[in-house]
Amino acid sequence: MADYAFGNPEIVEEEVDILIIGGGMAACGTAVEIVQWADSDMKIKLVDKAAMARSGAVAQGLSAINTYMGDNDPADYVRMVRTDLMGIIREDLVYDVGRQVDSSVHLFEEWGLPMWKQPGEEGKKLTEGAKPVRTGKWQIMINGESYKWIVAEAAKKALGMENIEERIFVVKLINDKNDPERVAGAVGFSVRDHKVHVYKFKACLLVCGGAVNVFRPRSIGEGTGRAWYPVWNAGSTYAMAAEVGAELTMMENRFVPTRFKDGYGPVGAWFLLFKAKAYNGLDEDYSAKNADMLKQHNYSNHSKGHVMGTCLRNHLMLHEMREGLGPILMDTPSALAKLAETMTPKEIKHLEAEAWEDFLDMTISQCGVWAGENIEPDKEMSELMPTEPYLLGSHAGCAGIWVSGPTDLPGVPDDWSWGYRGMTTVKGLFTGGDGVGASGHKFSSGSFTEGRIAAKSMVQFVRDNKDWKPELDTPVSKLVEEIYQPVKTYLEHKDYTTAEDVNPHYITPKMLQFRLQKLMDEYVAGISTWYQTNGRLLGIAEKKLQMLKEDSLKMRAKDLHELLRAWENYHRILTAEAHMRHIQFREETRYPGYYYRADFLDLDDDNWRVFVNSKYNRATGEWTLRKVPYVQLIK
Amino acid sequence: MPTFVRTDKCDGCKGQDKTACMYICPHDLMLLDKDGSKTGHAMRAFNQEPEQCWECYSCVKICPQQAIECRHYADIVPLGASVQPLRGTDSIMWTIKFRNGTMKRFKFPIRTTPEGSADPTVGKGKPDGSEIGKPDVLFDHDPHACDMSQFVNG
Repeated sequence: MADYAFGNPEIVEEEVDILIIGGGMAACGTAVEIVQWADSDMKIKLVDKAAMARSGAVAQGLSAINTYMGDNDPADYVRMVRTDLMGIIREDLVYDVGRQVDSSVHLFEEWGLPMWKQPGEEGKKLTEGAKPVRTGKWQIMINGESYKWIVAEAAKKALGMENIEERIFVVKLINDKNDPERVAGAVGFSVRDHKVHVYKFKACLLVCGGAVNVFRPRSIGEGTGRAWYPVWNAGSTYAMAAEVGAELTMMENRFVPTRFKDGYGPVGAWFLLFKAKAYNGLDEDYSAKNADMLKQHNYSNHSKGHVMGTCLRNHLMLHEMREGLGPILMDTPSALAKLAETMTPKEIKHLEAEAWEDFLDMTISQCGVWAGENIEPDKEMSELMPTEPYLLGSHAGCAGIWVSGPTDLPGVPDDWSWGYRGMTTVKGLFTGGDGVGASGHKFSSGSFTEGRIAAKSMVQFVRDNKDWKPELDTPVSKLVEEIYQPVKTYLEHKDYTTAEDVNPHYITPKMLQFRLQKLMDEYVAGISTWYQTNGRLLGIAEKKLQMLKEDSLKMRAKDLHELLRAWENYHRILTAEAHMRHIQFREETRYPGYYYRADFLDLDDDNWRVFVNSKYNRATGEWTLRKVPYVQLIK
Repeated sequence: MPTFVRTDKCDGCKGQDKTACMYICPHDLMLLDKDGSKTGHAMRAFNQEPEQCWECYSCVKICPQQAIECRHYADIVPLGASVQPLRGTDSIMWTIKFRNGTMKRFKFPIRTTPEGSADPTVGKGKPDGSEIGKPDVLFDHDPHACDMSQFVNG
């Protein structure tokens, strides 16, 4: 028997019908739904780089479910998403989520997720007509510490633990040998054992979340990890899809949430539920003061009265910060005092608990910041700050992959669907959640729902391709060599110098990440330029990214943990490249407050109310971009 | 902050191959130092990459010895505070200690059903397989009402 060790991995080859890559909300939705439709002889497997009970964006929990229709019509939901994302969304995809999402929330409640109800309705379920506590028109409050734990429990039971393997990081998709437009396999490695896993399949669901730590974060010491979105989201979805030839869409879009400074605790409940207001350093209501700014550059083209894109709220705030009129402060004491006017002491105590739970359920760090700085929200205001940029497709952003939409909605262009809902332009490759582009505001419940929708079409796809056999276009030995290259590099060169981190033959994944973050920050509209860039700056970014990509082949991995980081950072580079190319291509400022093309400051609906789609050529490293017309479906 | 492991409480999950914290950490940060060669503390776990810690508390909540705590990010937060949970089967209790000594305690529900009881099908039978091609059908047949007059071409 061979003696497997670091640098000499065992090769495990498997063939399944469907591989689910990822274990977050979308993956769990697929797991629950797919077993209901699949034939009994279908082999379905799920691999997660972490443990499903606490993987993905909901790992820590959530204090709200942000997408629940309730009394609203799905068309109204489409209108909200369209306004928030500045007029360009795939309305077919958003509508499809809207008409199904409540059913997913009903499942969560049935499985045991506690949901806040209106007084007197506490014992009743949503399906029994109970009214939830809403913070806004679409959000409902939950006791969500164990949200992911509960949903993963159902998903694991549905699929069976014998069909789930945790701690396997898939890093590459492989095209089919006979059809370059098709995916035939995937390859990854165990972060626990010395094993490389090679999968062949008819279909796969790629759902590995969005992208974090692509840009230099505001805190660069220990606080590097305190990203608003989960730090383990490495852009793997976008990078692997791009490499296998899938068309991406709206990768210029990004999300820059304004949150409580440093801890990045949620502000939604404070603004919407507790009715708090924010001021600049001169105690001015800057939103009112700067309202006229929205009339410039056509920025209010898609606003409806007070309802405006989230980026525009940032736009009004950033003006103050650039002018030196910070800090931006949320007046929590006044908000709580006002609420307390009509409350009993017991109710006030309850309100305080609610305010803390909002953080403890999803951003415990914010409690750490408040406790460490002796901030009690009823006594002291708190600073707000826009974060570094994130790329995602499920929250208030819409970066992602171009997918096939539903076929039963009126007015949808023919080329928006190609047979299998949720399939990308690569045959057999499906996605959901953060992977689906031009379809934001799904959040946890919508991502889960998108996974469910894709499940059905994957089953159909497999049935329709029953006799088709996947063949990888690259020999397994070459794939293994490629994946383990950072290990080989380390073992070969580690004794060249006395300090193992400083070596001309390799770069550590950590330093490579710093290099990526520095260049994205300085040239591609990060925090240090107040989110501004232009064509010249992007040209420099292009050159630097190319060199970084070349150097990524010289990453070292001194253990399996570092091999994980090496491949995560490779995914970050490709994601960053897509983001940069899209920003370069779109010669306008579509999302003021998220980023500015200082050389094209107008929002230009005449030329740019279009989707921007891109394709990457793995062999040549070239990107091809094109405009795709936006079509309005909902009045 | 990053999480840290107390040497006086961690028992390395009693010599099992993997500790609970290693099992659960979403970012692969926790590591068991079996022979003490990495930390000087044999059979104790440690956070191997604190600057990548999201402070999600997954390890803190799952540790059977309550050996893991959080010292919030040193480049952000003044010393002296702590936020510590005790997670049960149906609720979680939080103790928040401020730098100035102020204490707050909260208890929140986390689950309305017994651990392990989630039925993925919620008691609904298998759907009619012939419905697989219907774009608006999921297994539980619980779609939202749709006002089709809201479509431009409706």
